[in-house]
Amino acid sequence: MNDYLNLLIGLAMGLNLLALGTSRLPVLIRAVGAQGVLLGLVPLVLEAHELDWRLVLITLATVAGKGFLIPGLLHRAMRTANIARELEPYIAYIPSLLLGAGATIAAVALARHLPLLPEHAGTLHVPGAIALILTGFILLIGRTKAISQVCGYLILENGIYLAGLLLIRSTPILVEFGILLDVTVGIFVIGIIVDRIQRAFDSLDTRKLTALHE
Amino acid sequence: MNSMLLILIPLAGAALAAIWPDRRTRPLLLPAVGAAHFALCLWLMAAPAAVDPAAWLAFDALARAILPGVSLLFLVCACYAASYLRLKEQGNRVFVAALLLVLGLLSAGHQARHLGILWIATEAVTLACVPLIHFTGTPRAFEATWKYLLVGGTGIALSLLGSICLGYASLHGGGSGDITFTALLAHGPSLSKAWVLTAWVLLLVGYGTKMGLAPMHTWKPDTYGESPGLVGALLAGGVTSVAFTAILRVKSVIDAAGEGAMAGRSLLALGLFSTLTAALFLLRTRDFKRMLAYSSIEHMGILCIAASFGSAGVWAALFHVWSNGLTKGTLFLSAGNLQRAAGSASMDDARGMSRILPHNSRLFVAGMFAITACPPFGPFFSELLIVRTGLTAGHPWAIGLFLVCLLLAFFGLSHVVFAIVDGRPRLKKPDPALLRETAGLVLPPLALLAASLWLGLFTPAILKDAWSAAVLQLFPLP
Repeated sequence: MNDYLNLLIGLAMGLNLLALGTSRLPVLIRAVGAQGVLLGLVPLVLEAHELDWRLVLITLATVAGKGFLIPGLLHRAMRTANIARELEPYIAYIPSLLLGAGATIAAVALARHLPLLPEHAGTLHVPGAIALILTGFILLIGRTKAISQVCGYLILENGIYLAGLLLIRSTPILVEFGILLDVTVGIFVIGIIVDRIQRAFDSLDTRKLTALHE
Repeated sequence: MNSMLLILIPLAGAALAAIWPDRRTRPLLLPAVGAAHFALCLWLMAAPAAVDPAAWLAFDALARAILPGVSLLFLVCACYAASYLRLKEQGNRVFVAALLLVLGLLSAGHQARHLGILWIATEAVTLACVPLIHFTGTPRAFEATWKYLLVGGTGIALSLLGSICLGYASLHGGGSGDITFTALLAHGPSLSKAWVLTAWVLLLVGYGTKMGLAPMHTWKPDTYGESPGLVGALLAGGVTSVAFTAILRVKSVIDAAGEGAMAGRSLLALGLFSTLTAALFLLRTRDFKRMLAYSSIEHMGILCIAASFGSAGVWAALFHVWSNGLTKGTLFLSAGNLQRAAGSASMDDARGMSRILPHNSRLFVAGMFAITACPPFGPFFSELLIVRTGLTAGHPWAIGLFLVCLLLAFFGLSHVVFAIVDGRPRLKKPDPALLRETAGLVLPPLALLAASLWLGLFTPAILKDAWSAAVLQLFPLP
């Protein structure tokens, strides 16, 4: 079981580096979507010995939401805004990659020292969650296009979702669905605002959002 | 069941508003639902039912201590909204539905006794506020909405991570990982300390962002400055109070885990830093709605300072939630009226408003004195109580700094308020429709000011009783 778990999370961590290193928005969005699919499958691997309908339902909803619905919305926003590249990030691509690699190493090192239950120690579960959260922050801070920042936010959310799976046995399904619904609606709302910003400012460069200050 | 009605009535109202065909009569749904909600709140407050400890949502002592105040604020804002929307040409379907949605979700957040439900309600309120914030439709409003979503979204994500850490603290300490507050309190001493501390930091930063504590406050001036006045009133008096409730509930778990002293210190430090930051920014802001946002940051800081002073401090904090919420309502509603007439919220353009809108200007000045803790309004009494509990709890230095901040805030607020009220009007092309002071736009802020005065002079026994019961719930006697 741990081999499959490590494989899924390891691939998701690899996608972090792809997301940090690319300047092309379609690649970034696809990386985030693929990460969503991989993480959506994690509950099946974690609970492989006692599969039931609620687990399958959560898996399907997560894969559909994180893997297809949200990336689809972002693709549409990108096409209407008619941009495909992030040209002038605050943190350039190579430094972002180095930061991301550093964050991944730090996450693995940190997880060794955390007080974990025996079943969670020794896998990539906790280091993966920390690495995803840190990568999300690097993208949120380091990019200037609204869509890239949303992708950073999604990777951050993915990391928190992975951390939430530590509690999979004790979280009621209603709560899981509520959280998933909130996240999806949240991205939908962000997508609408991105569209309005594009119309109001004729740009998705968040550096132009400087009218409000002291 | 009645507690569920507090959530379901507004949600049903929101659904009705979404399908209501007529634009002109739709806003009347707001006062109707608001009145029903407030009546139910009063009834539940007067006759509190026993709470099932395992329930996820219940009108428990803490909800009883705060939610009626939020409901009153909403009712008054709803009456104002009915007159406000009559002035607007644009469609109001989304605006009315979102306002009612906010009321329902606020009721859910205040009554949540499960960390996951609490998070879901808070995040949903955050999202439901989005159409309210960009209602004016200007590019500046969309810029403010973007910052609100990004900063608020990141904050709220961190509070989800904190909730997960608290669940893991239970799991690691041999518990079941159940994150209802009842279960967490019962497991208190056995919770894993390292995870409890991590959870506290994340939850404080997360819900602190929602409250608007410095240094996570950056979204607040932009959002309050660009959204309509009544939305500012609801954000400052309603949405922030859900986040404060969340912090109070979480802190009681941290206390039970034996880390209360550390949590108290961090609340005190964050509260003082927020109050100081807000006071310094108040000295240099030139925009009277951004000024109200900084004042809100200041008062959120005051709530945290009070909450760090133990049970007596929490009692004073609950009092201050009421007095701040009602007084801020007066200020936001009258500021909205002044901004509409002046066509600007900057003191460089808005001058001599006392000659253009005399009633609103009087309300704005009176509200300013009320919020800067001049007697005999509510904030004076609640802040006096906070000062006294702070001195009793042995924090003379913190209280000294707190009083200096209050003085600085008074300088900043009075400077801006008198600059726009006094002087010669500068309107270039006054629009007569916007210069009329109709009863529907003046009476609501007046009612809130009267409520603040009444709260200060004759604090009703039923409220004192509700606050004491909430303190008893948060600090169970050993």
